[in-house]
Amino acid sequence: MNSTPNKAYGIIAEFDTPADCMHAAEKVRDAGFKRWDVFTPFPVHGMDHAMGLKNSPVGWFSFLGGVTGYTCGMLLIWFCNAYDYRILVGGKPMFSPYSAFPPSYELTILFGAFGSLGGMLFLNKLPRLHHPLLKHKRFALATHDKFFVVIETSDPKYSEAETRKLLADAGSKHIEMVEE
Amino acid sequence: MAENVLVTVPPAPPVPVELEREPLVRNNRSIGWVSDRVAGICEGKTPLWWWMAFIPSVGFLSLLGCMLIYQISTGVGVWGNMHPVMWGWDIINFVWWIGIGHAGTLISAILFLLRQRWRTGVNRAAEAMTIFAVMCAGIYPAMHVGRVWFDWFLFPIPNSQSIWPQFRSPLMWDVFAVSTYFTVSVLFWYMGLIPDLAVMRDRAKSKVRQFLYGLFALGWTGSNRHWSNYEKAYLILAGLATPLVLSVHSIVSLDFAVSQLPGWHTTIFPPYFVAGAIFSGFGMVLTLLIPLRKLCHLEDIITMRHVDIMCKVTLATSSIVGYAYFMEFFIAWYSGNPYERFHFLNRAFGPYQWGWVMMMSCNVLVPQLFWSKKVRSNVWIIFILSLLVNIGMWFERFVIIVISLHRDFLPSSWGYFKPTWVDICTFLGTFGLFFTMFLLFMRFLPMIAVSEVKGVTPQADPHHPLGGAKPTNGGHH
Repeated sequence: MNSTPNKAYGIIAEFDTPADCMHAAEKVRDAGFKRWDVFTPFPVHGMDHAMGLKNSPVGWFSFLGGVTGYTCGMLLIWFCNAYDYRILVGGKPMFSPYSAFPPSYELTILFGAFGSLGGMLFLNKLPRLHHPLLKHKRFALATHDKFFVVIETSDPKYSEAETRKLLADAGSKHIEMVEE
Repeated sequence: MAENVLVTVPPAPPVPVELEREPLVRNNRSIGWVSDRVAGICEGKTPLWWWMAFIPSVGFLSLLGCMLIYQISTGVGVWGNMHPVMWGWDIINFVWWIGIGHAGTLISAILFLLRQRWRTGVNRAAEAMTIFAVMCAGIYPAMHVGRVWFDWFLFPIPNSQSIWPQFRSPLMWDVFAVSTYFTVSVLFWYMGLIPDLAVMRDRAKSKVRQFLYGLFALGWTGSNRHWSNYEKAYLILAGLATPLVLSVHSIVSLDFAVSQLPGWHTTIFPPYFVAGAIFSGFGMVLTLLIPLRKLCHLEDIITMRHVDIMCKVTLATSSIVGYAYFMEFFIAWYSGNPYERFHFLNRAFGPYQWGWVMMMSCNVLVPQLFWSKKVRSNVWIIFILSLLVNIGMWFERFVIIVISLHRDFLPSSWGYFKPTWVDICTFLGTFGLFFTMFLLFMRFLPMIAVSEVKGVTPQADPHHPLGGAKPTNGGHH
């Protein structure tokens, strides 16, 4: 695996412990790489900081979902019971925000939940049924017990020899190229 | 700033043995062991006990199918519901199952927000239990309407009569609460499953398994950029599911509390129902997990510490429920309302006294045994107590529904409710549905949240020596 394949996706470095992987991530971050990522079997506490990631914007999707749910619920109940087909029940008002609240509250949560899951998938560009890394033999261990740093060849700072050296200095014993 | 200040931290005194906590994953298991152990349940040969449980479950599921076909083709009169008890076993079982469904979301959402890390060992199975319990519950209101082919009237769907559902009724709120609860529970469960389905995909030996697990894993790679969004979304889902779980049983209780009936018309119902739901849910989690941890060799993941904590939650909620029972009696007396007073005396001394005695002994007295550490460390006793909790909670719903309805304001309309064989067989059939679904789940999906359990081991902590941290002088750990 020492020769570079024609179309290389990136360079992959394997680590045994979360601490080693995190220190490598800090080095890659400080070297100024942009198109790179860390792959771990579970979310490693502190890795976002080590990679220099910003706070995830998923919350905005949930918020939009929640607002949509509440508004739709209130409007729906008003439309059904107070506008389109008015039926007087027990002398109660045709529309009351109090009796309309419980279903609207549930819809807030329902749409908010769809917003969170949908937002997470949207931001992560999932579902994605193919990924160059998924073809790589050792990469299956990323969901088992190994930790990987991958730097893509499309990164402007990428140069095979120097990037390989950076990852080797960070303590990786297994460094390989990944084909597209 | 702080980095420039030289701090010398004195070495911490050793923790006394009696204060040491049992680790969440015992025997210093490696993170690879967690996936091997959990995925192994789905990968190995199907054990004999699984078939021995599955075949009768499918039998009972068929019984459910037969009962529902009989009920739909004959009419709702095959049940024992008869004036004045028009809500019988159907609504009892609906409330009972939906109550059981509450522990899953409590464990996955509320304990997540409270940073109870032990939840990772049990949350997946509890969430699955929730979903299947809500499925069992959902059957009853759908059938109870009598003409199931009109069930779509429950939803605001435009129709030829151009009439809409009536949203001033708590029964309508219930439709929204239960369907939202089911949907959000499924979303939460599925989202937790995504990284674990990727584990299954990456271990799959056959093409079919690789394709199916891969399809549902949605191309998950374990990328930290993905984890970052994932963790935020999971936190928000937990934040949304927490008010949801509290609202669902509150709204179920409003089905009763908004009416005028003595025994139902009371403001204590929402919190009391929620506590009872969590109580019965933990009872069912214990009933399921105590045998499973043995049969699937998961003692290192679902440890006795987990069982101990769940017993304590059961004890706490039992005490809340017991408080509510006594408070209902006090308010009945204190209100001065003769109908309320009569109703509560009728509960304790009327023709259904046996139901009330069952409820009080199983829900209030028996769980008090959990005060004893000896009891909390004997799985046999815990298992029996958890069964009694489930039975007691069924009788609570019986007491609330049947005893309240059978003698209301007018003695001329009093009656005595008896279930029919169809009632009983339908209820037994829902156990078939529940256990069939649960057994299929544990055979084909990881029943422990693999990536979450890995995350709570010391090997996963980059600041722990086992996680690869180098010893530093005066570091922050």
